[in-house]
Amino acid sequence: MITQTGLIKKIENEKKIAQENIKKQGLRVLVCTSTGCSANGALKIIEKFNELGVETGALTKEAKMSVVPTGCMGFCEKGCFVVVPDKKLAYVHVKADDVEEIFESLKNDTIVERLLYVDPALNKKVVDSSEINFYKKQTRTALMNCGHLNPESIDEAIALGAYEALVKVLEKNDPDGVITEIENSGLRGRGGGGFPTGKKWRSVSKHKGGKSYVICNGDEGDPGAFMDRSVMESDPHRLLEGMAIAAFAVGSDEAYIYVRAEYPLAVKRLQMAIDQAEEKNLLGKNILGTDFSLKIHIREGAGAFVCGESSALIASIEGERGMPRPKNIHMAECGLFKRPTLLNNVETFANVPQIIIKGADWFASMGTEKSKGTKTFALTGEVNNTGLIEVPMDTTLREIVFDIGGGIRGGKKFKAVQIGGPSGGCLTEEHLDLPMDYDALKSVGAMVGSGGLVVMNEDTCIVEVARFFMNFTKNESCGKCVPCREGTKNMLVILERIVKGQGTMEDLDKLEELAQVVQLGSLCGLGKSAPNPVLSTLKYFKDEYIAHIKDKKCPAGVCSALKTYKIKEDLCKGCTKCARNCPVGAIEGSVKNPHTINQDKCIKCGACQSGCPFKAIVTE
Amino acid sequence: MSAETKTKIDFHQIDEILESFGYDKTNLIMILQKIQSIYKYLPQDIITYVGDKIEGLSPASVYGVITFYAQFSLEPKGKYEIKVCDGTACHVRGSMPVLEEIKKKIPLEKGRMTTKDGLFSIETVSCLGACGLAPAVVINDKVYPQMTPAAISIIIDTLLKEDE
Repeated sequence: MITQTGLIKKIENEKKIAQENIKKQGLRVLVCTSTGCSANGALKIIEKFNELGVETGALTKEAKMSVVPTGCMGFCEKGCFVVVPDKKLAYVHVKADDVEEIFESLKNDTIVERLLYVDPALNKKVVDSSEINFYKKQTRTALMNCGHLNPESIDEAIALGAYEALVKVLEKNDPDGVITEIENSGLRGRGGGGFPTGKKWRSVSKHKGGKSYVICNGDEGDPGAFMDRSVMESDPHRLLEGMAIAAFAVGSDEAYIYVRAEYPLAVKRLQMAIDQAEEKNLLGKNILGTDFSLKIHIREGAGAFVCGESSALIASIEGERGMPRPKNIHMAECGLFKRPTLLNNVETFANVPQIIIKGADWFASMGTEKSKGTKTFALTGEVNNTGLIEVPMDTTLREIVFDIGGGIRGGKKFKAVQIGGPSGGCLTEEHLDLPMDYDALKSVGAMVGSGGLVVMNEDTCIVEVARFFMNFTKNESCGKCVPCREGTKNMLVILERIVKGQGTMEDLDKLEELAQVVQLGSLCGLGKSAPNPVLSTLKYFKDEYIAHIKDKKCPAGVCSALKTYKIKEDLCKGCTKCARNCPVGAIEGSVKNPHTINQDKCIKCGACQSGCPFKAIVTE
Repeated sequence: MSAETKTKIDFHQIDEILESFGYDKTNLIMILQKIQSIYKYLPQDIITYVGDKIEGLSPASVYGVITFYAQFSLEPKGKYEIKVCDGTACHVRGSMPVLEEIKKKIPLEKGRMTTKDGLFSIETVSCLGACGLAPAVVINDKVYPQMTPAAISIIIDTLLKEDE
């Protein structure tokens, strides 16, 4: 290896220049342009600024400001999000029509009060975004720069310290030392399994010498999760840098990023980032004059959940049906194209640069004994503040749902949180004080998984949710092994029977037995974890299953086959609208007199309820 | 199948695509993605052609790959591709009533996902990663956030009007 000195100086110099260039942009107005905010019209906001003479990423002399499109700021619920860091100012729910007012107020150094975030607990307006509860409780490592820079500009990334860790590693030229650092940090795989990252790197590095590969798993198929998408879209250079450090440590010169087809923006921005980094020789051949080279390719998935499983992902990169392979041969020896392969998830790689810069001890000081550092979660469902968060792994579920998430929407009651998607389980009220670490969650039958947190309230039917997940895994089962293919199918049949009110108590035993068979007998992680949602809901909400079977009632009032529509006499004005709407003529009554529903005729379509102007029709 | 026989295939262009990927079978998925981006689906004749042209593949193995991945379609898609997200977050916030409303407005023949006139195709997708906007609907790559049956009904009416 050619040792190069002066690399650190070189990147520091680049950083300085980049920072000076940013200073020249004057007052920077950051507009979140992630998928979420774009759907809410973020691009129109930027256009409007442009119309007013504020240019994108460049100073306009007259206005003394510039507008910067950034990646995800995480607070999707309040989009579009506009932040002015120099003034410590954040505006929420911004529309294109508000831009002129913002523009004028920035010039006059005033604040547009009506666009400030209102703290729902204190009913107080908050000016500074870091003072918003949603952000205050977070610690950002992987997401550190998400939302603070223009993801399409490498200079902005460098100004915030990108590639410093890579350069540090290259100058030190001690691959084994890098692995030791990662081992000491206690970082574990953020894709869900939680395998120690350093250990994985070590085992791949043992096969140094010939061709080997590094793969980044960006196939975030878990419904309800979007952390990896945000990193790829908002801070692509952090991912590339993490991958480059990994490739250097294990002695690989070729890498792949496997991205879901559903994430076109991530593909575009990653490709752009790779091109820019190659141009600066931070990637590509003989990086910065050393003899370390790295070519990174992007492979787009084609819509198959199972491809998130490592061996299926490899089959897919090789151009085949994405079917998992038996695990008796270790990927560290025989992976992609039958060569030693290191595979980590997006967030795992994104943590690496900070560990190198700040040291293993800093990372290990966060979290719990066996789960170190921070973890990102996608907080969604029936919670006030949906969005992307990152917290130390000792944070409790209560802090996430009630402090960061701001509690349950519409003052409803908390029921459960589904964590880890179709492979995970549900957490109930009794788990609210559990830390979100790998082992604590595993001990109660859930798992961190990719980190999707879907909050459910009292109106969510838990049996229906179990059916929903089983339907998902049944559809996504690749069909290679019998337990998964037939097991998920038959579990779904039983669950469908139960939500229709046709289940029996024996069905519950059968469901549990099948779940165990699928768990034990399946070839890959998809099958092994497919029964988790059923098992955990059976454990914590068995009474709800029984209510569906014995009482033929859905306690949450969701399962349509079990609903009974009734007309409240005191509210009914006898307008006859429902009787006219009913497709089967099940509603009887005369004008101006309360109507009644003939339960024998009713097909439970809900047409009467949705049409009633007096909200007199209720379901039981 | 009537729409399929009508599709004219420029095999010269297919050759160029195969060439650009070096006739390498490990690039099959990218080749198919490229072809589908042109025709909006994968016509029968192309499957045979690609399977014959690339060493180590057969029409059957190409067909196997196509049917494995949800992204590939053997049926022409509509002018407006409606994707209703039914990921967990969208599901608990009511994506199914939105889908029902769409199906009510745009009736499909049983077993088909595209309307007879080729104007709309409707499908559910597992997760678009836009969970903060649940429930989300995507029509030709445009994301419509926080949908309700009433809102989607207006959107479809607008599309129908635009098309007149």
